[in-house]
Amino acid sequence: MEEQVLNTAINEDEPYLINMGPQHPSTHGVLRLVVSLKGETVKNVVPHIGYIHRGIEKMCESLTYPQIIHLTDRMDYLSAHINNEAVCLNVEKALEIEIPERVKVIRTIMAELTRIQSHQLFWASYGMDLGGQTCYFYGLRDREKVLDIFEETTGGRMIVSYSCPGGLMYDIHPNFQKRVNDFIKYFRSILWEYDAILTGNVIFRERTIGIGKLSLEDAVSYGVTGPSGRASGFSCDIRKHDPYSAYDRVKFNEVLFTEGDTYHRYLARIEEMKESMNIIEQLIDNIPEGPYTVKMKPVLKLPEGEYFQKVETARGELDVFIVSDGNKYPFRMKFRSPNFVNLGVLNHISKEFKIADLVAIAGSLDFVIPDIDR
Amino acid sequence: MNKTELAEYLKTLGFECEIREGRQFTEAAISPSGLHDLALKLKEDERLCFDFLVCITGMDYMTDFGAIYHLRSTKYSHEIVIKVRTSDRQNPEFDSVTDIWKSADFLEREVYDLLGIRFTNHPDLRRLFLNDSWGFPLRKDYVDDSEIATS
Repeated sequence: MEEQVLNTAINEDEPYLINMGPQHPSTHGVLRLVVSLKGETVKNVVPHIGYIHRGIEKMCESLTYPQIIHLTDRMDYLSAHINNEAVCLNVEKALEIEIPERVKVIRTIMAELTRIQSHQLFWASYGMDLGGQTCYFYGLRDREKVLDIFEETTGGRMIVSYSCPGGLMYDIHPNFQKRVNDFIKYFRSILWEYDAILTGNVIFRERTIGIGKLSLEDAVSYGVTGPSGRASGFSCDIRKHDPYSAYDRVKFNEVLFTEGDTYHRYLARIEEMKESMNIIEQLIDNIPEGPYTVKMKPVLKLPEGEYFQKVETARGELDVFIVSDGNKYPFRMKFRSPNFVNLGVLNHISKEFKIADLVAIAGSLDFVIPDIDR
Repeated sequence: MNKTELAEYLKTLGFECEIREGRQFTEAAISPSGLHDLALKLKEDERLCFDFLVCITGMDYMTDFGAIYHLRSTKYSHEIVIKVRTSDRQNPEFDSVTDIWKSADFLEREVYDLLGIRFTNHPDLRRLFLNDSWGFPLRKDYVDDSEIATS
């Protein structure tokens, strides 16, 4: 009997299955990966998702458009404002409402602040995944400053619900411009620390350079968007290709690399924070005067038809697709969430790497699980 | 190509599909039997080159089931929508496009999970979010006993 057990344990042809998650710290939420191993080498990764599936698409079918805004916060909670904006832009497009310039500019500034704080948290937790606890404290120290700006203007720290169809819920706080300017000045002066502690770290570089390579063809075929796709050279920045809000009047570079490995997915996010700061600097001192919202009807009924809006969240392309039958509720609401599609590539890029690399690869795709499950 | 040029060019390809210029995109409605051939042509044709499958939306039109495919070309950055419908409510089935775009794997599983539309030739068609005994919540005739979504 004992001999048999030993034999199965050392049988090299049998794949060895282990569960990573759903409570594993490096999966950043309830993502369960069933990993087939041969020795330490990953042979296959099967993601099991749905632990926090809330049926947001189904719930939308019995909610009005202004109510739906508050659900979208809870998908990718690190890009909450950008999710709000996506639904608002789509509803405004359907109703053919012209939005005040002031709203467009404020939305863009808020979206870029959202992107910065999201990438800060990515940097913080990615460092921690790979064994650098200090990163977490440094990252959160700076992220707190952005959240304070959000709190002062919107009342919420993560779940902001600041946009609404027709404009903004309320005007910006009188301190807003000063605080954003102070933050940009502070963050520019301190960003070198990020490189000093992690980007240039020998252990970190050994663990990320050349790991989990994703070619351009595969990035397009798997539909990997956002910084993860751009690290493979996939030019997919919606802000450049199909500008919305105030992105058509600012100058910024689309961060593109060709290497497509874990290290460059990380680097793309660091570079994007700098670009986001450039965008904010161009807008913050020239916020046009005017109303912060247009007067909307109390009940919004979208004309019959199909409406599609794409935006660039911190993780990639979010599409909101509304099919309306002329009612105050949508007939069908579809969210193409970037994380869900990006998850599809995990198995492909982590094959034949070691199990310790799987943590680095999964971390570099920067998953937010509620966005996958919806 | 812009919307009109795209529609004109599609008409020359000789597929039995209904081509229409929508408000945002050119739309092609095709029967389930012609879906895979059209999808393959859209990707392989040198002037179209639709290499990025953006999303698949499963639809329940009360009488029919359908799927809406949003495609984009990374080379020419034009976009197109393919629509397919079936009136078979008992056993709705479409051909899988996983062999053309790899992202279809997860997107089709999601449609199957929430609407019960099967995709033939899909390599691994299992439930994604919900367990096997759960109904298909995005169907319009779904009975929400627990009032999770409609209370």
